[in-house]
Amino acid sequence: MKQYVIRRVGYCLLSLFLLSVTIFFFVRVTGDPATLLVEPGASEADIAAIHQQFGLDRPLLVQYGIFMASLAHGDLGQSFYYRTPVMELYLSRLPNSLYLAAVAMTLSLLIGIPSGILASVRVGGFWDSAGKTFTLLGLSLPSFWVGLVLILVFSVYLGWLPSSGAGTPLHLIMPAFALGWYFAAAHMRLTRSSMLEVLGSEYVKLARLKGLPQSLVIAKHAFKNALIPVLTLAGINLVIMVNVAVVVEVVFAWPGIGRLLYEGITFRDFPVVQGVVLMAGAMIVVVNLLIDILYAVIDPRIRLES
Amino acid sequence: MAIQTEVIALPPRAPSRLASFRLGDFPLIPALILVIVALVAIFANLLAPHNPEIGSLTARFRPPVWQTGGSTKYLLGTDQLGRDVLSRLIFGARVSMVVGFTAVIFAGAVGTTLGIISGYLGGWVDQVIMRLTDTWLALPALTFAIFLAAIVGPSMWNIVIILGLTYWTRYARVIRGEVLSLKEREFVRLAIVAGCSKWTIMWRHILPNIINSAIVLGTLMLGVVIITEATLSFLGIGVPPPEAAWGLMLSDGKQSLMVGRWWLSVLPGCCIMLMVLSANLLGDWLRVKLDPQLRQL
Repeated sequence: MKQYVIRRVGYCLLSLFLLSVTIFFFVRVTGDPATLLVEPGASEADIAAIHQQFGLDRPLLVQYGIFMASLAHGDLGQSFYYRTPVMELYLSRLPNSLYLAAVAMTLSLLIGIPSGILASVRVGGFWDSAGKTFTLLGLSLPSFWVGLVLILVFSVYLGWLPSSGAGTPLHLIMPAFALGWYFAAAHMRLTRSSMLEVLGSEYVKLARLKGLPQSLVIAKHAFKNALIPVLTLAGINLVIMVNVAVVVEVVFAWPGIGRLLYEGITFRDFPVVQGVVLMAGAMIVVVNLLIDILYAVIDPRIRLES
Repeated sequence: MAIQTEVIALPPRAPSRLASFRLGDFPLIPALILVIVALVAIFANLLAPHNPEIGSLTARFRPPVWQTGGSTKYLLGTDQLGRDVLSRLIFGARVSMVVGFTAVIFAGAVGTTLGIISGYLGGWVDQVIMRLTDTWLALPALTFAIFLAAIVGPSMWNIVIILGLTYWTRYARVIRGEVLSLKEREFVRLAIVAGCSKWTIMWRHILPNIINSAIVLGTLMLGVVIITEATLSFLGIGVPPPEAAWGLMLSDGKQSLMVGRWWLSVLPGCCIMLMVLSANLLGDWLRVKLDPQLRQL
């Protein structure tokens, strides 16, 4: 177990290292990073000053060292637009994103799991086809378009819901739905296939042979085990949701980290963009590590395998 | 197994019409839609009634022809600069098609090459490529694409490169897995015994055997790539204005959504949806048809 954890942590550190190299490398290979680090319209002298200040005239390896040293201190640089450290901005927006993602996730599970079960119980039937259509639509509709149509219907025509901003629970309904829609489809698909697998297993057959009614077999025996992979995926998806909510947050003017990223792009505030992206990668790598370890704790086969 | 159990437990039911349509043989409608979009993209110059980038400011915000105030001159209305929406949609098909296909091919070429090299050579090459793939896969594709787009600035060809760099990892993963099992097969061993060089084996013996999977992946990727392009354009870091891209039209349309000018955002969205839906349906069909192994995925 110890060895397994050490190996996983090693991989995780390696991933984080590669992530930082990737981001560092791309910024430098695509042009002079000084043009990204100064405000638009800066003079030659300003650019030269930036070169000095950030050591951009030094060798690449030294530059990388400086970059990593400031990262290790949790320093993501200073935002041009807000004149505050990026880390501070990020942390102030994060709760909003987590809140939105949590609600969207709940919604997607509430839609995805029951419809997945229904589809698996009635393979090839109406509900299965309806589920497939729903999945396909979920994966084919861009979330920002879903958002725009929701605004059009519920804010403009019906006037039931506020079109943008945050504050009341009413503000949350449309963004959560627009964000959760895609994930609901993904959860439904996984619930369906996972249920099908469990329903074909020996112990479910035994439960049936004992003469248990269908509803009990599904609710008590199959459902519990089929849920494990779905919840794992949901865990990973929650982190992904926090980080891909950009468009939904832009459409609904939701003050989360996605909106921060968008502001970073529109104000050409490069430290913000780089910071949000780095944090997104780091968050996902770390969550993957935690899930790996959690799996090993639950299932001894995994840790013995490696 | 599962299906058999079902048959025992429940009375068999006839598959619904929807199911037979989805599971039936060739997905005719999706293929037709894609062909039509492709033709529209090719002949955009001939089909578009107006110039998509130049509008007349006296004809701003005209509604579509069937609404009061609409005229037959602008069948689907005009936008905030008086540009004809129909013409812009037609030229937008060109952008989506060009970006979608080139990005998928670019990502496919990079990913397949690295996947084959990684799987066949193994060792430290494999380790390096796979670690890189894992790391890049860890970043949400959208976040990574936004990051790249923010550094290199907006242009159509930059978008193609960005999408290629973002999505090659998907191919590399799957292709490597296939190569790992292929390289243990007898024909590869025979080729080794016959004295073929590593590169010949990869090019002549491995590649033809994995190309089906690459094509299936590519079709499934087309929809994803088109949505990402639209998203980047929507955020203002994709195809730059005044080019007529669907994502860009949506972003313009957002401004006047609150006053009920629905045609500016609903119509481009419908185009994206139709195209992505068709690509996905076709991809699903191809997957089952070309590569039974992938059905499990």
